[in-house]
Amino acid sequence: MSALEIRNVRKTFGDTEVLKEISLAIDSGEFLILVGPSGCGKSTLMNAIAGLEPVTAGEIHIGGEDVTWRTPAERDIAMVFQSYALYPSMTVRQNIAFGLEMRKVPKAERDQAVERVADLLQISQLLDRKPSQLSGGQRQRVAMGRALAREPQIYLFDEPLSNLDAKLRVEMRTEIKKLHQRLGTTIVYVTHDQIEAMTLADRIAIMRDGHILQLGTPDEVYNDPADMFVAGFMGSPAMNFLSASLEGGPGEYRVRVETEGAQAPLVLPWPVERETEALASQVGRPVTLGLRPEHFSEEDERLGDQAEGTRFEATTTVVEPTGADTLLQVRLSGVEATVRLGPKSRIKAGDRIALRVDMSRAVLFSTEDESRLA
Amino acid sequence: MTPTDSLSRASSRRAGRRSLAGTLERVLPRLVVAPSLAVALFFVYGYMLWTFILSLTGSRMLPQYNFVGLEQYARLFANERWHVAATNLVVFGGLFIAICLVLGLALAIFLDQRIRQEGALRTIYLYPMALSLIVTGVVWRWLLNPSLGIEALVQSWGFENFRFDWLVDPDMAIYTLVIAAVWQASGFVMALFLAGLRGIDDSLFKAAALDGASLPRVYWRIVLPCLRPVVFSAVMILAHIAIKSFDLVMALTGGGPGYATDLPATFMYAHTFTRGQIGLGSASAIMMLCGVLAILIPYLYSELRERKHG
Ligand SMILES: Nc1ncnc2c1ncn2[C@@H]1O[C@H](COP(=O)(O)OP(=O)(O)OP(=O)(O)O)[C@@H](O)[C@H]1O
Ligand SMILES: [Mg+2]
Repeated sequence: MSALEIRNVRKTFGDTEVLKEISLAIDSGEFLILVGPSGCGKSTLMNAIAGLEPVTAGEIHIGGEDVTWRTPAERDIAMVFQSYALYPSMTVRQNIAFGLEMRKVPKAERDQAVERVADLLQISQLLDRKPSQLSGGQRQRVAMGRALAREPQIYLFDEPLSNLDAKLRVEMRTEIKKLHQRLGTTIVYVTHDQIEAMTLADRIAIMRDGHILQLGTPDEVYNDPADMFVAGFMGSPAMNFLSASLEGGPGEYRVRVETEGAQAPLVLPWPVERETEALASQVGRPVTLGLRPEHFSEEDERLGDQAEGTRFEATTTVVEPTGADTLLQVRLSGVEATVRLGPKSRIKAGDRIALRVDMSRAVLFSTEDESRLA
Repeated sequence: MTPTDSLSRASSRRAGRRSLAGTLERVLPRLVVAPSLAVALFFVYGYMLWTFILSLTGSRMLPQYNFVGLEQYARLFANERWHVAATNLVVFGGLFIAICLVLGLALAIFLDQRIRQEGALRTIYLYPMALSLIVTGVVWRWLLNPSLGIEALVQSWGFENFRFDWLVDPDMAIYTLVIAAVWQASGFVMALFLAGLRGIDDSLFKAAALDGASLPRVYWRIVLPCLRPVVFSAVMILAHIAIKSFDLVMALTGGGPGYATDLPATFMYAHTFTRGQIGLGSASAIMMLCGVLAILIPYLYSELRERKHG
């Protein structure tokens, strides 16, 4: 039985349709992350799940029960907001206990819950302070504590870490992950942060314009994107999109990519095991080849011509060492492509470099409608 | 002359000019505010002091300087009419502040529910504040006049027994002042509260809804405590208006019937300027000043303390 099921939910504000036929189901204990560009309807979907905004059509089930028309309080949900939304006039203790108090939980039990949560989040020494006397990270913990105190069926997090500085964000991210593993809670989590999405999620839903484009594990959305938008949205630096053309036929498809200068074009053999039906109709037509920066590697002489045709030379225009690895920009097929090399690489801007393409994880899109071909 | 020489001379000349400009820059603001400061000192604090001195004298029609100590204050507190005025102030001020706060808050909460035509309604509520209290007083005098206003209107609809003659009823006339003053000021209080409510993070309401708090609870437990500074300012401003109320009384009831609606301000005016009791009037004026200070000093104290801690 799924902890949360959303069936064909639509939401309109006046004439604008913000959610268009959203359907998804998540299991108990699952960590679902919603990502998407600003204004795609993530917060609206969260509000719909929480019952803060009535849906225009569709159904929402929590724990197998239809809660579409229940009030937020009746849904057994807790939410952590980007602005934390701590009650300014109450102490941390009162903030955490407020939900229990409103549910008429006896005082002794409330105190116990506060203690438990405070221990869990290491905020025991803050319990008698007002929110205005806390730092951003501490407020964030209190906001999570308030959600945890009630032990609801589902937790909703709407960009909970985006107001924290980079270091604290990483710390809290790890903490949330630990908490999830320890308590086995069901979480729906909105974020703008690629890394947050990839590291925290059991599954990721990528939204655009009120649609869910793809719902899958981090590995699936990263390596097997449903379309060009998902491919470009996930991953940082973003996937390179190269205009190419498809040649050959079943069993021996090749992707031709123009290179700079007088070099012969790259003719990349498409892996046989990744052929699809859709390819046949695209032969001789322009397609878009998607290559992630790590699909390039420095030419290694020892390989010889084992992977023939996947080698090319290019001039680097920009070199960005990030510490963990080195990012290069090279010109390929009329665009600047990003290449990720190991940290030991000694290349400087302006150097000529020989690169090899790893086609085993490349993806191919239709240039016309940006759909995935193979 | 070497180039360095001429350079240093030029720079010292520039420095001299700069110091002149600097002096002017420092002095100019003081020069500009000096006249108004002098005027304020003389007309506000000077006259305050003069009033205090007069209150210690036996002045009647004209100021005299035959000091009689605190006798005028003793006379004041023995004066029946002063007691009426002081009691009226408590009744009027208390009701006026309380009703304005409740009504202003209710209107603000109502407008904060994102209703249509909010802008128009806000203007309508706020409009009375744009009128002078004299106009308010005159308008309400007509409205409340039994033979011209509301009573006459309702009777003309056929309710012959309808009575609404508070304006001429010595026991009720003070409440007509409350009605007119509330009508005038509650829109302003609403605007204060509305600004406060608009400053409250929307997600607080969402969090409270998820926590299971009903809307009245949300306002009582979460929103109102956030508005405490607004309540404080509103009370300050309203208390001021109440203590200084003069024009409204003059236009609406003229202090009557009899002296049933006298307030300290009208008492002071009547004794100082029309009844030839300058000493007594000054004493009452000083008592009003004490009343204002009694409200203002704790306010300033808490404000300054907050600033220091904040
Ligand atoms: N109350 C409302 N009335 C009208 N339109 C609204 C309302 N709330 C949201 N919208 C619109 O719905 C769309 C989706 O908004 P939503 O807040 O869900 O975006 P989001 O994905 O959360 O964006 P972000 O990443 O910036 O938080 C936006 O175009 C917004 O303008
Ligand atoms: Mg949002």
